[in-house]
Parts: sequence; C-alpha cells; structure tokens
Amino acid sequence: MGRMIKVGMADLAVCKPPDNLTTLGLGSCIGIALYDPTTKVTGLAHIMLPDSTQIRNNQTIEKFADTGIQKLYDDMIKAGAKRGKIVAKIAGGAQMFALKDSGMNVGARNALASKAKLKQLGIRLLAEDTGLNYGRTVEIYSDSGDYVIKAVGKTPKTI
Amino acid sequence: MANMTLDEITEKYLDVLTEVGNIGAGNATSAVANMLGLKVDMSVPHVNLMEVEKIGSLLGKEEDIIVGIMLGVESDIDGSMMFLMDLPSAHRLVGRMMMMDVESLTEEQLHSSDFGEMELSAIQEIGNIIAGSYLNALSQLTNLTLTPTVPYLAIDMAASILSVPAIEFGMVSDKALLIKTDIGGIDMPINGFYILMPENDSYEKILGALGMPV
Repeated sequence: MGRMIKVGMADLAVCKPPDNLTTLGLGSCIGIALYDPTTKVTGLAHIMLPDSTQIRNNQTIEKFADTGIQKLYDDMIKAGAKRGKIVAKIAGGAQMFALKDSGMNVGARNALASKAKLKQLGIRLLAEDTGLNYGRTVEIYSDSGDYVIKAVGKTPKTI
Repeated sequence: MANMTLDEITEKYLDVLTEVGNIGAGNATSAVANMLGLKVDMSVPHVNLMEVEKIGSLLGKEEDIIVGIMLGVESDIDGSMMFLMDLPSAHRLVGRMMMMDVESLTEEQLHSSDFGEMELSAIQEIGNIIAGSYLNALSQLTNLTLTPTVPYLAIDMAASILSVPAIEFGMVSDKALLIKTDIGGIDMPINGFYILMPENDSYEKILGALGMPV
C-alpha cells in the first residue's frame, strides 16, 4: 500500500505509484490534478486565488492558479513526466456563501484562471467538477489517474 | 496604516484588539444566552496573526462538518465576521429556540448535517442576533457606524468554509489578523467561536477611534 500524501492549502506535491495525493475540504479553492499516463507521474496543487499579477503580496507561488500550476508542471517534468503527455482534471471553485458580491465570485474566477493556465501550457483538461455551493475533498490515484471527489451528503464520484 | 505592517500592529495593539473582541463577543454571547435562557461562558479573545494557508485547519480537522454563518460589515469599517459552531451545538441552539426538548436529542440527531427549513432560518436568526449585538457593542465603543449585511449560512467541511476568510485575507497578504473568541455552554454543551476580520485599512479606524495613535 502506498501512502496518501496530504496537500495543504496553497501547497502542491508530486508522487509516483504506489503513492497517491489528497487535499481536504476544497471550498472556493481549486484542486488541480496533473497526470502523465505513460510514466504515472502524478501531481496535485491546491490554489486559492486566480492571478498572482493582481496581488501585491505574491511570494507564495503555490497560492495562485497561474504560478502554482506552472510550478506543479515544472515539478512533474523534473520527476520524469513527459511534455505533451500530461493531462489535467480539476475540482473545487465553489461559492460557499451566497454573498451578493459585485462581479464574479472567486471560485468561478479560480476555475477560469486554472483552465486558462492549463491551455497556455498545452495541457488537455479531461474532466472537471467545479462551481456550485459545497466543499470537496479530492484524491488523485497514481496507478489509474482516477480523480475521486467526495462531498458532504453525496456519493463519491470519480472523474 | 499604509506604512505599517500587520506584525507591527499586532505587537503594538494586541491588547486593544483583544478588548475589542472581548466587548463584541461578550455582548453577542449574552444576547444569545438571554434569548435562549442559557448560561454561556466565553474565553478571552485570541488575537492571532497567522499564515492564510493555516486558516483551513483553525478548527482542528479539515473534514469535520461545521455550521458557519458569515456576514459582511459595511459603513465606517469594512470587513466580515463569522460565527462557527459544531453540529451538536447548532442542533442544541436551534432546538432550544424552537422550544424542543434538547435533552432528548440522540447522538445521531446531534451529528446530523440535515437541517429543515425552519431550523435553517432559526440558525440564520441566531446569526442575525449575534452579528447585531457584536457590532452594536463595537459601534458604541468606537463611535463608528457598523452595518451588518444579511447573514449567510453554510453547513460543510471546516476547511471549505474556512477557505472563504483565507481567500479574503490572501488577496491582500500572506498573513491574517483574526480576533477569535470561543464560547462554551454551561448548562448544555456549546462549542463555537467568532472571528472578526476587518480589512487592513479598518484597523486604523478602529484603533484611531479608540484614541490609539496610528
């Protein structure tokens, strides 16, 4: 049995079989899973905000979709993943409280920014489970690339 | 406050902010206690300066289901506040409010994350009372006008609810200043806490209004 490695908020990790990765209780944050099916190099990032260029205090690059996904991608390549083979699945980006915010909520903006960054890196988005108003725990399995999403009062689903 | 970092604020004004939390939470706690005829105990507020990514585990386990009430604060001070409690506490408070026999609730009922329409609006009402009395106390103390928005409710994993303030703080800083006050029931178990989250500029106003040079 491999380990289930926990990825915290504004954090990321890369693993290979038999290890797997999880992040607990995503709210408006996004869990971006990257996977290379040929080498089974697996990565997971837990980003909080869409855009590091909009923020003055942006030293923590794992916090943002643009810089966090870039770092995860670079770490995947370092761990042996092949460019052009890496695919993505994303989950999270909920709106936990229906605040009458001006403009789009941060969860939706996180999802959009994540997709834009994936596209820029030429990474194909295979599946997503984003939006709505509930929290999600995610697990990415390195032997299959299965991305399991758990939510309170719901049957776990695999994308 | 433009030239002042959060670290300096904490060093210098910790006591004042603790007192601010104390008065606000004290007023809110007694409002709830009076309405429900309960004895409720309150901790000395902790003013914590913490990294935003740690906020998700503020309550302990990330996946524990909690009840969160959040509302915005407007007018002279901008920010938001939250009241968070565990499921059994929410069931007990709601039961008490709806004149039910709280003692007879089973463990299973106490830990259920299902609430009916009536129960949800009761929780919302508790949120209203808490916010109103917390902010009223602050308002009287500082002579500032503080207007709460409608409270919003979420029942979900702790980390997902706490990601909301984490993100809010994360937009401006890597660190967050939280004024956290725990409450506990005396004649029935209640575990909850308030977090007051003024936006950075608002600290200056609060401290200035209390006669602290900033």
